[in-house]
Amino acid sequence: MYQLALSRMREFYREPEAVFWVFGFPIVLAFALGLAFRNTGPGKLQVGVAGGPGDSALAATLGASPRLIATVLDSASARLRLRTGRIALLVIPGDPVVYRYDSTRTESGLARLEVDDVLQRARGRNDLVAVRDDRVVAPGSRYIDFLIPGLLGMNLLGSGIWGVGFSVVQARQRKLLKRYMATPMRRSHYLLSFILSRLVFLIVEVVALVGFGWLLFGVAVRGSFAALAGITVLGSFSFAGLGLLVASRAKTIEGVSGLMNLVMLPMWILSGTFFSYSRFPDAMIPFVKALPLTALNDALRAVMIDGAAVTTLGTPLAIVVAWGAVSFVIALKIFRWR
Amino acid sequence: MLGPNGAGKTTTIEILEGLTQPDSGDVEILGMRWQDGAPGRALRERLGIQLQETQLADKLTVSEVLGLFRSFYRQSHSVDEVLALVELEEKRKARVVTLSGGQKQRLAVACALVSKPELLFLDEPTTGLDPQSRRQLWEIIRRFRADGGTVLLTTHYMEEAERLCDRVAIMDHGKIIAQGTPKELIASLGADHVVDFALTEGGTADDLVEVLRQMGGVSAVRTGPDGVSLTVVELHRALPALLALLKARGVELSLLTTHHATLDDVFVALTGRQLRDT
Repeated sequence: MYQLALSRMREFYREPEAVFWVFGFPIVLAFALGLAFRNTGPGKLQVGVAGGPGDSALAATLGASPRLIATVLDSASARLRLRTGRIALLVIPGDPVVYRYDSTRTESGLARLEVDDVLQRARGRNDLVAVRDDRVVAPGSRYIDFLIPGLLGMNLLGSGIWGVGFSVVQARQRKLLKRYMATPMRRSHYLLSFILSRLVFLIVEVVALVGFGWLLFGVAVRGSFAALAGITVLGSFSFAGLGLLVASRAKTIEGVSGLMNLVMLPMWILSGTFFSYSRFPDAMIPFVKALPLTALNDALRAVMIDGAAVTTLGTPLAIVVAWGAVSFVIALKIFRWR
Repeated sequence: MLGPNGAGKTTTIEILEGLTQPDSGDVEILGMRWQDGAPGRALRERLGIQLQETQLADKLTVSEVLGLFRSFYRQSHSVDEVLALVELEEKRKARVVTLSGGQKQRLAVACALVSKPELLFLDEPTTGLDPQSRRQLWEIIRRFRADGGTVLLTTHYMEEAERLCDRVAIMDHGKIIAQGTPKELIASLGADHVVDFALTEGGTADDLVEVLRQMGGVSAVRTGPDGVSLTVVELHRALPALLALLKARGVELSLLTTHHATLDDVFVALTGRQLRDT
């Protein structure tokens, strides 16, 4: 079994493309998304002022605000820009002043507040309550803090399913499985060797991604490292089981690729990797929560962001283990050995 | 086991190897039958198997592949010993992907030999190899046999069967149609020379065939699209008689060859087809 696992690891690290997709890609993705969604606060808001009496004075008033850029527009281009989202809000001078905007857009709502505040103050409104801003940046609430555990979960899913699925189907396609069957090798050793080699890669994957998040973006692990290690091991075993199940019958790489995408794509979208699954309708939430990647992401975030103890994570971890165990048992039963 | 492609050689050998379930019948290997679990594994310890279509892992080196196969067996040759057996010592650190066809085939045989088997199964080990690689493999097989091992080999090269095998079973359409030593099989033709000839005018008259059958020393006459084939006992008598006959009839030869009878001729005699045509 040790020799089988060793061969698997050698085959893997001698394949530079595979090494990139497993280790490099999640880091590149974290880097790009971390940059794109860094916490610079909302930028300046673009607002339009409809042409008419007093338009340029109004635009000057609004433009004086550090958070607004105001442009005078004729009605046709104002309508176009509002529709395409290039301006967040259109101000039509007159009495009353009209604000035209799409209330479902967050930016437009912000623009409405800011424009109204600037206009009312310019006409001499006095604030009745004294306030002071106290600006903080709280690690743990940023997008990158949300993203790193999600990427970790996605990476465990991907490398479990690709790593196991491809090796098995390739061995089957090249008649290598059949050749192994012609030796006294135990079948269980063959399957367990995947889990063993996944364990070794797991350490590299977790250290690379968590280390990267910590060094570049200061993403800390608030809970214990032991809890993080335990959860990733469970997740990795579970996905290796899922990978074996996906690969248990397929005869060609093309066939198994389709199956793998069928398994992984819904989870990438549903399981809260890039955005919170609470955005889905309430009726879907129980199903989303029953997915193994959702459960794993929840557990990882609980440990990394909230610093939760592993004892409070019984339900998600049970879901992860159940998926892995059931997949492994079914895979063992229906596995095509030749 | 000699037969054309599609004769059922691979199916037969894989049933014997316990890799394919037979539809009916029993298999006994080294006095044992195939069973799941420990008895099956115990039997596998004593066998060496090379499959026709296995592609070993490209990215591993020769010694790593052998180390892996070695680890499946309780007792085995060391990697160095088995490399010496197949003369691949200088390739021990080479990756499988860089090996030539002949070297890959010797590595596949090495994987079968690593377990010190009593019985070696080789499924078309020399198909597609150049003559030199083929001769190297023959040498490996001869050495294994000389050390007391038994080999079951499938091939569609009659030359290979004649040179290498103590006993030959000829297979066609899933049935063994003849078996014995190469000498016995050739002797079953009742003659040891074959004369092939063709005439310039093309087709051969039926009455000529009749006359040839009656000729002294001729044991069989067969006509084909390429001409006529005679199986003869005494070439030194049959050949002058043939030439005299053709001269008397005023026809000219466009082709005349003779050779010692081979297993190919046995196959033709049994099936009416040539091994190499199928």
